[in-house]
Order: sequence, then structure tokens, then C-alpha cells
Amino acid sequence: MEATMKTEQFQERQIEIDGWPVRLTSYKVGDKYVCQADNVSPGACLARFSEPTAEQAESQAISKARHLLSKTKRRDIS
Amino acid sequence: MAQYAHPEVVVDTEWLAGKLKDPSVRIVEVDVDTSAYDLGHIPGAIAWAWTTQLSDTVRRDILSKGDLEALLSKSGIKPDTTIILYGDSNNWFAAWAFWQLKVYGHKDVRLLNGGRKKWLAESREVSDQAPSYEHTQYKAQEPDLSLRAFLPQVQDAVKKHAASLVDVRGPQEFTGEILAPPGLPETCQRGGHIPGARNVPWSKACNDDGTFKSFDELKALYSAEGVSASKPTIAYCRIGERSSHTWFVLKYLLGLPNVTNYDGSWTEWGNLVGAPVERGAAKSAGV
Repeated sequence: MEATMKTEQFQERQIEIDGWPVRLTSYKVGDKYVCQADNVSPGACLARFSEPTAEQAESQAISKARHLLSKTKRRDIS
Repeated sequence: MAQYAHPEVVVDTEWLAGKLKDPSVRIVEVDVDTSAYDLGHIPGAIAWAWTTQLSDTVRRDILSKGDLEALLSKSGIKPDTTIILYGDSNNWFAAWAFWQLKVYGHKDVRLLNGGRKKWLAESREVSDQAPSYEHTQYKAQEPDLSLRAFLPQVQDAVKKHAASLVDVRGPQEFTGEILAPPGLPETCQRGGHIPGARNVPWSKACNDDGTFKSFDELKALYSAEGVSASKPTIAYCRIGERSSHTWFVLKYLLGLPNVTNYDGSWTEWGNLVGAPVERGAAKSAGV
């Protein structure tokens, strides 16, 4: 029989990192807290961490997202 | 409110919850984040990784007929299996899988409305165990290339103004301000868009909960950009996966008769020597 779990505390919120909108999606599954950071437009996952606490997961996801976003260059199109 | 042109290709979470043990149904998770499945997935679902299982890993191409047959056989899928696809990012890569399955003629493929996000948000059951199914000997049909646009067709359409080009990337990619989505590697030499294209980001087709917008809302969205049944439509993005989502919306939800996915997309066009490129905002609707 396949063991199943239920996700709890699912939530999303949007923050800004270095001028880029970032969506944080957090939830608990089993005894782990998951936090994923995506880049809103287009919605691609930048980072996802699964940690014993919600704070740890979010902190790591934000840190990795910040690192990746710092590499994106804006060009002058005028 | 009008119904989708093909309502049978979209299922809701409640329907799927009642089909988890139905042997005629195979549930497949296809994510942008290819390891999300391991954290918890719909019980009974298998996973396909878009980077290795839904693309040719040597040359740039979709799966060959033989590779698709091998994947479906390994997944225990038969030609009469109902395949339910779902994934993260509002089914972005699930739609990429849907498009390829239709290219190779699988009859009954559907998307879970709202995808992985809605399933998790509703606190439905998930499993961290990967099931295995008895292998089959799947035989695919020859590819239906009327669903796919190649570079010469797009060049011809641009020259003759013969199609509505829908660029489904984010506005900053469309204008050329950035070469790739924020935080992702730059994979083209020039920024901008194909001349005459309209910018309708793929995500505008979805509600906040990840479900598709209504027929009327979708019709209003695309009509405002000159997309209609009166002209062929070519959707493109950066590498062809976001545009498969829009292709799905235009073809199956709105019922446009002639829609193709240009999977070469901006990473092909934006790297071509001498190709015309427009930068900045789109000029006018219906071009």
C-alpha cells in the first residue's frame, strides 16, 4: 500500500530581489518545509530547498535566487 | 459563459482524485524543476524529465518517434491510455509533453487544470514513492508536422505577413531588455523579437490559482492582439516550451484551426546571422 502525506500551510507571496519580482511558494510536506523561489515572469524555478524549518528553507531559497538574479544584465534598448 | 472548444482536454483536481487507481489512466508529472516530483507527487504518478526524456539529448530536437515509443512503453502506456499531464509553473512543461504527444498522435491526453500548484494548495494526498508499471510495446503514429513550425515557415510568414506571430515571453525579453528570463543563462546573441510579433505572455492565460482563464477571457485576450481563426497563428518563446502552453490554449481551449508551435523560437531566431529583429514594444495589432 502506497504511503501518502498531505501538504500543509501552502502559501505564496511575492518579494523583490535586486529589482526583480520573485515569487516564494512555501509548504510543509511530511516533516519537511519546502520553499521555492521563481522568477514570476516567466515563472521558472530559480531555487528550491527542503529544510527542517520554514525559515531555513526560505532563507536558502532567497539566497540562491539572489545569486542567480545578480547575473542577469539589463540592456539599453532606447 | 462559453465553453472551451475542447473541454475534454482539461480535467479538474476533484475528477482526478477519483481516478488515482484507474488502470486506464496514467498520471504523469512534468516539471520545470525536474526534482520537485521527489518531494511529493500525486499518488500513482510517474515523472518525465523534460531535459532528458522529452528532448533529443544529442541534437536540438523533440523526441524521435522511436524515443517517444520507448518512453511511453516504459511508462506502461498503451495507445488507448488516458494520459493526464500536470506540472509546476501552471503546467508549463506539461503542455510541452502534451504537444509532443499530439505530434505523435496519442489520442487521449489531458491537462490537470491548475497543475501541481492547485493539487498542493488543496492539501490533497501526495506520495514520495515512485510507482512502476508493466512495460508495453507502444507504437506511435508518424509525426503530425502541421502542429510544428520550422524556421523556413516562420521566415516565409514574416515576409508575406501570412500569420499572426505570438511571442509568449515576458515583456522584457520581448523588448530586448534582457536576453533570457531573469536568473537563467543567456542563450542567444541578440535581444528583441521577430518583426510583426505580438507579445502575449503565456501566463496571461492563467488565473492566480493556476487554472486556465475562461473561454471568454481568453478570447478577449488574444483577439485584442489580432489573433483569430482567420489567419494561421505561430506561437514562439525562447526554446519552445512556454509557447506549447499557448499553443494548447489557442488550439484546444479557443479552437483555432491552424496553430503551430515554433519550438526553435528565440534561441534559433536570435542567433541567426542576418535575421531581421525588432526591439522595443510591439508596433500595432494584427500585423
